[in-house]
Amino acid sequence: MTKNPAVEVRGLTMAYGTHVIMQQLDFDVRRREVFVIAGGSGSGKSTLLKHLIGLRKPAKGSILFDGNDFGAADEDAKRGMLRRMGVLYQNGALRGGLALAENVALPLEEYTDLGPEAIAEFVSLKLALVGLRGFETFYPVQISGGMRKRAALARAMALDPEVLFFDEPSSGLDPITASRLDDLILQIRSSFGTTIVVVSHDLASIFKIADRVLFLDIKEKTMTALGSPSELRDNPPSEEVRRFLTRSSEADGHPPPASNHEPIRIPQP
Amino acid sequence: MQVDIHQKDDLLIAGLSGDWELGRPTPRFAQLLEDGAATRTARGIGFDTSELGEWDSSLLTFLMQGLTYCDAHGLEFREEGLPENIARLLDLAEAVPEADLDPGDQETSFLAVLGTKSISAFEGFLASVAFTGEVAAGFVRLLRFRARLRWRDFWSVVQSNSSGALPIVTLISFLVGLIIAFLGAVTLRRFGAGYYVSYLVGFGMLREMAALMTGIIMAGRTGAAFAAELGTMKITEEVDALETFGLSPVEHLVLPRVLGLFVMMPLLTVYSMFIGIVGGLIVAVSLLDLTTTQFVGGLLTPITLADGLLGVFKGTVFGLIIGVAGCMRGMQTGSDAGAVGRAATSAVVTGITLIILANAVIDWTAALLEI
Repeated sequence: MTKNPAVEVRGLTMAYGTHVIMQQLDFDVRRREVFVIAGGSGSGKSTLLKHLIGLRKPAKGSILFDGNDFGAADEDAKRGMLRRMGVLYQNGALRGGLALAENVALPLEEYTDLGPEAIAEFVSLKLALVGLRGFETFYPVQISGGMRKRAALARAMALDPEVLFFDEPSSGLDPITASRLDDLILQIRSSFGTTIVVVSHDLASIFKIADRVLFLDIKEKTMTALGSPSELRDNPPSEEVRRFLTRSSEADGHPPPASNHEPIRIPQP
Repeated sequence: MQVDIHQKDDLLIAGLSGDWELGRPTPRFAQLLEDGAATRTARGIGFDTSELGEWDSSLLTFLMQGLTYCDAHGLEFREEGLPENIARLLDLAEAVPEADLDPGDQETSFLAVLGTKSISAFEGFLASVAFTGEVAAGFVRLLRFRARLRWRDFWSVVQSNSSGALPIVTLISFLVGLIIAFLGAVTLRRFGAGYYVSYLVGFGMLREMAALMTGIIMAGRTGAAFAAELGTMKITEEVDALETFGLSPVEHLVLPRVLGLFVMMPLLTVYSMFIGIVGGLIVAVSLLDLTTTQFVGGLLTPITLADGLLGVFKGTVFGLIIGVAGCMRGMQTGSDAGAVGRAATSAVVTGITLIILANAVIDWTAALLEI
């Protein structure tokens, strides 16, 4: 096994055209850790994820995947790297016209020489691992949002990736289903030894699964914190991080200032 | 990767060794047992993983085969010998899904399929009638100033069907005029009647081809666009949102589009007539040695205003058909990504079929009425 960190980000600047989203991002994702990218809405979490999985090119800096520069790689090398990662998109992104089994089989057919029977076995295993045993012939429209997400996870796991990326896994799920998905994420990490990168702003989920959290600050346009969630909560490096991790809307941590209005009098009967 | 089976007391022990990696050939569990030497009197199957190297899902599928095999043959599957993380994954895979859904009965007998198809075809027809009725009712409300038209949408439809549509209408009409004139030149010249080519072009463009070609172009261009646009709105729940605002989707989305096309189609038809005749003129002058004056003379003498009006009337009817068909298919869109594509296709097919049908009905009626 190599000693490189799973993902290394070096001096990354992300921009849409001339509009800079984030700059000077420097961090490693260690092997077998659950790494959460957090930040307020619009801070560029999903954009960072798109950079990590190679959908967008860095405006400056580089991203190394197992020690290899993603941006500098040729098509074959890039394909080889992509084969080793799996991505779970926010809404699953399953092909609507294909049954669940066909969806999960897609990467297997593309990247391996397995015969149809072996593929069917793999597909059933992956679906069973995410709790969808017997749902092979269902279409994405026939199942619930939580099940769709798990089916998409089965697809992301089809090739036993070294790194699994999750974009907002708990969005749109009820707390119970979201927490089950978190369990599943932890289970996959501990059983397969997969490195897991999660984009999330769901506090409960962050505290439950994250080994380390990277915090993107929309005002500073860069990362302002990196560490374990409870550590960051107890010793927040910035006000923004404290507010995020304690879910508070006030600036100074005190209850909102009393208004100048007269208190409402409740008429006595 | 290797599996070595030996018997220990009343258990078969599968010794798993080597690296198990996706893509390498995996042994089949059932085969291993059945190829084995001794007749097995074993009570169950255990594992020895002391030699096991790296592993991935291929090992898990192998073990899942084992589970199924044991279930089928009444053998005990002893997980104890497996590493804890593998045993945990097997437990996870074995867990019964917490929710169970019925995919719906798939009836396959011929009569049942025929019946289901007939019922859905009839329901589709009813839905079309209902939708057309709704649009008509919307129109009536509009005329009585009870409905509010989204003028911005209306104007954007008008714009995309004027300047936007002109190049393609020009090209097609010009070529159709050219083709009719060619046909006329070749056939009429044989009888020394080349002079009448202008009559043929004029009659053909005014009564039939201008409206028909414009209609087909618009069905492919605007009808499909309406269906795709409304279909996408349907999928993203924009249509539902309008309804919860108390706005009628028909009034808000469909009327401006249908009305825009209703206004523009006659104008485009007249334009197409003109361009088609110019195309005919070029062939007549260059191929038949007719002068422009002769061509126009041959055109104006037999052709009446009624011919032109019939064409314009057809164009208007086609405009309504395309608009309603496009919007209807859009509003009937299903919920997956392929649905928008199907809606657009279906809008074009429906539009063109109905246009040709309407053309035949109008021609027949005109013949009966001697117009």
